[in-house]
Amino acid sequence: MATLEIRDLHVSVETEQGPKEILRGVDLTIASGQTHAIMGPNGSGKSTLAYSIAGHPKYTITSGTVTLDGEDLLEMSVDERARAGLFLAMQYPVEVAGVTVSNFLRTAKTAIDGKAPSLRHWVKDVKGAMDNLKMDPEFAERDVNLGFSGGEKKRHEILQMELLKPKFAVLDETDSGLDVDALKVVSEGVNRVRENSEVGVLLITHYTRILRYIKPDFVHVFVDGKVAAEGGPELADELEANGYDRWTSASV
Amino acid sequence: MTETYTIEGGPVELHRSSFDVADFPLPTGREEDWRFTPLDRLRGLLEDQPSGAELSWTTDLPEGVTLTSVGAEDALLRTVPKVFDRVGALALQNSTGAVVVKVAANAELDRPVVLKLHGSGADVVWGHIVLDVGANSRAQIVIEHSGTTRYAGVLSVLVADGAKLTLVGVQGWDRDAVHAQHVNVRLGKDATIASTQVTLGGDLVRFVENVEYTGTGGDAEMAGLYIADAGQHQEHRLFVDHSAPKCRSNVVYKGALQGEGAHTVWVGDVMIRATAEGTDTYEMNRNLVLTDGTRADSVPNLEIETGEILGAGHASTTGRFDDEQLFYLQARGIPEEEARRLVVRGFFAELIHRIGIPDLQERLLTAIEAELGGEPEAAIGAVNQ
Ligand SMILES: Nc1ncnc2c1ncn2[C@@H]1O[C@H](COP(=O)(O)OP(=O)(O)O)[C@@H](O)[C@H]1O
Ligand SMILES: [Mg+2]
Repeated sequence: MATLEIRDLHVSVETEQGPKEILRGVDLTIASGQTHAIMGPNGSGKSTLAYSIAGHPKYTITSGTVTLDGEDLLEMSVDERARAGLFLAMQYPVEVAGVTVSNFLRTAKTAIDGKAPSLRHWVKDVKGAMDNLKMDPEFAERDVNLGFSGGEKKRHEILQMELLKPKFAVLDETDSGLDVDALKVVSEGVNRVRENSEVGVLLITHYTRILRYIKPDFVHVFVDGKVAAEGGPELADELEANGYDRWTSASV
Repeated sequence: MTETYTIEGGPVELHRSSFDVADFPLPTGREEDWRFTPLDRLRGLLEDQPSGAELSWTTDLPEGVTLTSVGAEDALLRTVPKVFDRVGALALQNSTGAVVVKVAANAELDRPVVLKLHGSGADVVWGHIVLDVGANSRAQIVIEHSGTTRYAGVLSVLVADGAKLTLVGVQGWDRDAVHAQHVNVRLGKDATIASTQVTLGGDLVRFVENVEYTGTGGDAEMAGLYIADAGQHQEHRLFVDHSAPKCRSNVVYKGALQGEGAHTVWVGDVMIRATAEGTDTYEMNRNLVLTDGTRADSVPNLEIETGEILGAGHASTTGRFDDEQLFYLQARGIPEEEARRLVVRGFFAELIHRIGIPDLQERLLTAIEAELGGEPEAAIGAVNQ
């Protein structure tokens, strides 16, 4: 059992008018095996939270802590955090020309595990995971995310989650831009990882739609840079019915 | 300051070819074929001044290959392709003869021909090398440049009917070298060339590579890669002249730029004449921008005078290796240095792997990595030892 713990996290970004605070004291605790949905309107700071945990250089932590199993994540470089067991499925995965998916996956797996995967198992694992996500085998030889459709990029993110087996996965709007079929395939992928491992999931989303396929244990309503309300899955139903108005108007 | 790059494209402006220096007046820098080149940094290579200086040569010649020096009056030199600019004409005129590397007809070489040309002086060097590759032979020829010099060279590559030539050029010059080179390829019927130019060193390197066909079935793979560091100017201009029917050409050049004032130029002109029915051609240039302050110019031009072709196309892209890519790779556990190497090595590996000379490939990959690690001269100098 491991815990990802976020305490009173304040984060700002540099703007032309000086630093702008986006996260205003976020508290969250996610244990292994749990799935937490973070739901909030556009601009509420969800991606900022995801990137800050992962260590994107654009965001400045002004106060607060993030620990994984008691270890201070904020002291670690981006790659150290990943090797400590953190995974971020990005809202906008990045294209990397000249690096094939297969080379990328193997390099990442080797870095995370600290040793090269056994070739025989690895090839089989990759193929199996791609099959499950209904990805054409030819994707293995394509350049990372280059020319991928929005849906293909998201599948590729979940493919990495399946293969890298993180302790904690932050999924930033993995559902956005997916049609129903793709949403099902991607959700099944996430559910497979949940079944086959002890992964703790922070499922960031704007819409309740994905929660039909990935059942959260907890729901956090995220407004204006912090958690405005928390509850069980029933909170998602209320959001489905009434939207964010109750919390956004309260926060003005 | 950020990086700039331009991608242009349009009709092919045909340049005059000649043997006569008088046909090429001193450029002003406004001419189409000189507009990217910093003329002052050619440091004398545009001036008609005789020089007896030479590069020092180390050669490895397998059986079936001869190397001879011939005088200016030698009959072979009347038959080589003409050159396209003043530097080329000056090199032909002032080299007063040529070194001829002859691969016997039907020969199948058991190892690559290696010519290592080393410069160790400030004098202008004029040079002409003729690669005379006999009919139906199979040969690999590697020409490696190192040291420092001001060198204007013409490489005349005559690939006779049915011959297959692999040609590799390595520009591993010291940081202050100046090198202007013509590579003039003439392919016979069913002749093949697979050429790779690797430009890493020098202050100014300017390649003018031309391909002509004398019969059907000619096949030219013209590849290149270049890495420009701060202040370096590296220019590669290709002209593939499809005048014979049923020939093929494929041009692939890739470059990386890093450091303030690194400037690369790639110009790809492909002309498909009315007589060249059944032509199949593609040209591509890709540039990878690693830092701010660089400039990559890329100009693919295609002109087609017959509708009866198999295929013709071109592509040019210039992209940045940026912080977002770095973040993405690091977020998958890959350390920063390895992430950079992964991207750049991946970018070039395809071109290196198809050279087909394993130990040279290894040396080149090592040199490329060292170059990217910021130790340019040491690295590629070692390649030439
Ligand atoms: N570089 C920046 N400069 C100014 N504002 C920014 C910058 N980056 C993000 N923001 C602002 O921070 C807020 C939160 O953004 P984000 O975390 O992407 O929200 P979400 O993912 O919930 O849509 C938004 O109002 C956005 O405009
Ligand atoms: Mg977002």
